[in-house]
Amino acid sequence: MTSKTVQTLDRVVIRFAGDSGDGMQLTGDRFTSETAALGNDLSTLPNFPAEIRAPQGTLPGVSSFQLHFADHDVLTPGDAPDVLVAMNPAALKANLADLPRGATLILDTDEFTKRNLGKVGYTSNPVDDGSLDSWHVHPLALTSITVEALAAFEGLSRKEKERAKNMFALGLLSWMYTRPTAGTEAFLEKKFGARPEILAANLAALRAGWNYGETTEDFASSYVVQPAPMPPGTYRNITGNTALALGLVAAAHRAGRPLLLGSYPITPASDILHALSGMKRHGVTTVQAEDEIAGIGIALGAAYGGAVGVTTTSGPGIALKSETIGLAVSLELPLVVVDIQRGGPSTGLPTKTEQADLLQVMFGRNGESPVPVIAARTPADCFDAAMDAVRIATTYRTPVVLLSDGYLANGSEPWSVPSVAELPGAPVDLATEPNATDDAGEPVFRPYLRDPETLARPWAVPGTPGLEHRIGGIEKADVTGDISYDPDNHDKMVRLRQAKVDGVTVPDLEVDDPTGDARVLVIGWGSTYGPVAAATRVVRNSGRPVARAHLRHLNPFPANLGEVLRRYDRVVLPEMNTGQLALLLRAKYLVDIRSHTAVRGLPFTTVELADVISQTLEEVR
Amino acid sequence: MTTTDLGMPASGLAHVPHQPDGEAAQTKRDFTSDQEVRWCPGCGDYVILAAVQSFLPELGLRRENIVFVSGIGCSSRFPYYLDTYGMHSIHGRAPAIATGLATSRPDLSVWVVTGDGDALSIGGNHLIHALRRNVNLTILLFNNQIYGLTKGQYSPTSRPGTVTKSSPLGSVDRPFNPVSLALGAEATFVARAMESDRAELRTILKAAAEHRGTALVEIYQNCPIFNDGAFEVLKDRTQQAARIVRLRSGEPVTVGADDERKVLVRVAGGTQEFVPEAEVGAREVVVHDAAADDPSAAFALSRLDSVEMTHVPMGIFRQVTRPTYDDLVRAQVDAAVDAAGGPAGDDDLEALLRGRDTWTVG
Repeated sequence: MTSKTVQTLDRVVIRFAGDSGDGMQLTGDRFTSETAALGNDLSTLPNFPAEIRAPQGTLPGVSSFQLHFADHDVLTPGDAPDVLVAMNPAALKANLADLPRGATLILDTDEFTKRNLGKVGYTSNPVDDGSLDSWHVHPLALTSITVEALAAFEGLSRKEKERAKNMFALGLLSWMYTRPTAGTEAFLEKKFGARPEILAANLAALRAGWNYGETTEDFASSYVVQPAPMPPGTYRNITGNTALALGLVAAAHRAGRPLLLGSYPITPASDILHALSGMKRHGVTTVQAEDEIAGIGIALGAAYGGAVGVTTTSGPGIALKSETIGLAVSLELPLVVVDIQRGGPSTGLPTKTEQADLLQVMFGRNGESPVPVIAARTPADCFDAAMDAVRIATTYRTPVVLLSDGYLANGSEPWSVPSVAELPGAPVDLATEPNATDDAGEPVFRPYLRDPETLARPWAVPGTPGLEHRIGGIEKADVTGDISYDPDNHDKMVRLRQAKVDGVTVPDLEVDDPTGDARVLVIGWGSTYGPVAAATRVVRNSGRPVARAHLRHLNPFPANLGEVLRRYDRVVLPEMNTGQLALLLRAKYLVDIRSHTAVRGLPFTTVELADVISQTLEEVR
Repeated sequence: MTTTDLGMPASGLAHVPHQPDGEAAQTKRDFTSDQEVRWCPGCGDYVILAAVQSFLPELGLRRENIVFVSGIGCSSRFPYYLDTYGMHSIHGRAPAIATGLATSRPDLSVWVVTGDGDALSIGGNHLIHALRRNVNLTILLFNNQIYGLTKGQYSPTSRPGTVTKSSPLGSVDRPFNPVSLALGAEATFVARAMESDRAELRTILKAAAEHRGTALVEIYQNCPIFNDGAFEVLKDRTQQAARIVRLRSGEPVTVGADDERKVLVRVAGGTQEFVPEAEVGAREVVVHDAAADDPSAAFALSRLDSVEMTHVPMGIFRQVTRPTYDDLVRAQVDAAVDAAGGPAGDDDLEALLRGRDTWTVG
């Protein structure tokens, strides 16, 4: 065995890229899992086309998975990869621009055929034409080495053997970065348990990849990234959509109400439907509806019956659900509407991220129709945000919109699993008896008599004797809930519904300003949390103070928000739209906002935001 | 899959609490709310409301376990006038809302009140999917062949050539036959009744309420303002007998009284026609079988109907047993809960949150 050096690194960003049929998402997932098991902090960014199998070897068919792991806390999936694994010329071409000079490139040279090069417009082969001289290239005949390593598997076709090349690549990278492969082996045993030969071949390919790194001269060194110091606890790696599903189940559990999801499949929200469909053991009911409108109608019907009703969708689905959200506003029933935002308008960019539904969920309904809106900030935070959404919905009997996005939905990070006893939430009580007396002194039920503190009306579900009543989308008389077209009553009801939403309890906005003398505030919402925090860290490390704050509650805003905004000479607000939150803040607080926007379907990079902050600091000097 | 191997109940009201023995019998008054009824004078909806209010006591259910959900339109004001639980929702969506309610609450008798515009135009998708799934609901579709609440535009059941404000030269749309549509969606219970035939309406309402699955009842209803007399030929005592085909399962399909009685027979090519009783001879008489598994024969009966209303079948077209969507959904959840030894406790939730792949720090 060749003796190899082992170097220690503090952080690494790896991007696996290949054809959408090459299994890059799986490879990335497994490498992530190995990395999590090792105790590194990490953050991931899957990036894949909307087409399930775009034409093979073409640019539109490229699928990638980026992972950032470190021996310290990680805030983003990383601006640029240190290592790019490119399984074909298309993957190289689509990703090379992101790769800094000097970074490592691992190429499957078997795929760099004249035909494949031609498909993406290469006139000469970059493997040997000198165009990659600025990078550290490892040209590997990955496909043929894999096939050769599996020569003993006579029952498998060449194609089946080739398919194991992603496991070879994973084995090689696992060796390079000293990752344990036991988890992947267990995973493969579960996945291919019913097909022993395929299982054996994949395990063999994984080991062959590891051994290849260990024995060939091409790889002079392997690397170690020490575990990151993290607070004590039990951790798992979790995607935003999984965390969100778990948050809903946990919140319903704490509320003591059954959970019912009505949903229509849509990217990038469908994984929540998938996850909840598998949680029947926890009393979760899922109904795959005939359309988006039915999805929310079913959830609202269940909420009327006393369940925690939830519907999950993306921007186009919100457009279809708008009328029913308005009905829920009028009925004053609890309902959670989850919007996993994606690029728009219309079908837009189904698999790419964006934050451009904020104004839609705030205002996209007829009439004065206020709803609380909250946004998750990281994949793991989707759990807490979902619990908060259920709390607001059930406490105030109102639809609540929970915003996530494609980046949070599919991205992952380690999550410190909470103990159930420490979770927020308490049993939610339903109305059981009359709440008023009529003129004759007889007890009666008034469906729109409000709790003086929360302004919530009683949640009186069918099946409760003595509380029979009718509700509907027509304006209701205050207190009695009877149909009313009275002008003053309508004015009162509109203002009551607004006051109820305005009165939702929201914690004050916390400002992170370690030196206490910052003159510039960077404020963000939703998934910009990671890039904003990373960018402020870069700026602070260069000795320049900057304050940072992040909004979870977008309606109502925290009570101290106006004061916080006015405290600084400049406020910078990066968002992945053309300035939607900036519009709201300017309108409400009459403060100027430096709006920094991008709608590229990708999260901000740390460098980009650090530049924006630096420029702003220059301006106030 | 059969109903027995899942232990599914046969009655639509099986899980709905009934009045205990000894409790005073309910009356129409018990189901009449304190709200002023606001339909136009002479509206057929009054007749249907009175029929439903006086019929509901017959079910012997506790009032609080009955829910009426409606959409938008004249008919959809119905829930306000019944002293049960009720929701007047939005246009066309009542079947979806009722699906969510019925799926989560087996202890309720859930009714949908809708009209031809609400159910067949804006809400067509939800209607066919409720029927396809066979959710335990009773849908009352008031068909007056016109948009009343928006002041008289043609509807998806208006006869071609209907002159309205939005079709001054006559409508050119081909209408839906709601019964054919429901049978095409393989609804398990499909019936038609006249608003004015109270006895028949009661019989059908009872059968519909007790049906486990989605029951669709089309009720012909007169709009005296915008489409007056749409069903007059069926109400006219001199023509009624010759036009209304009263469906009775197990009996030959006939129309007309006494000497003018005609019998439905099969003719070559698979179609059917009415022939005078005396001319039936050796021809195959069509005997109605509402319980037939295959909906084709019921569909063929629904096609006897035409815009001229020469022959209009009334009664129960189809009444078959099939597992309901909500029962199946609940059975999966219940089985998962039972298999795990009962409802999830804190420990179970904690195990779910941990997942399969954890590591410990500290």
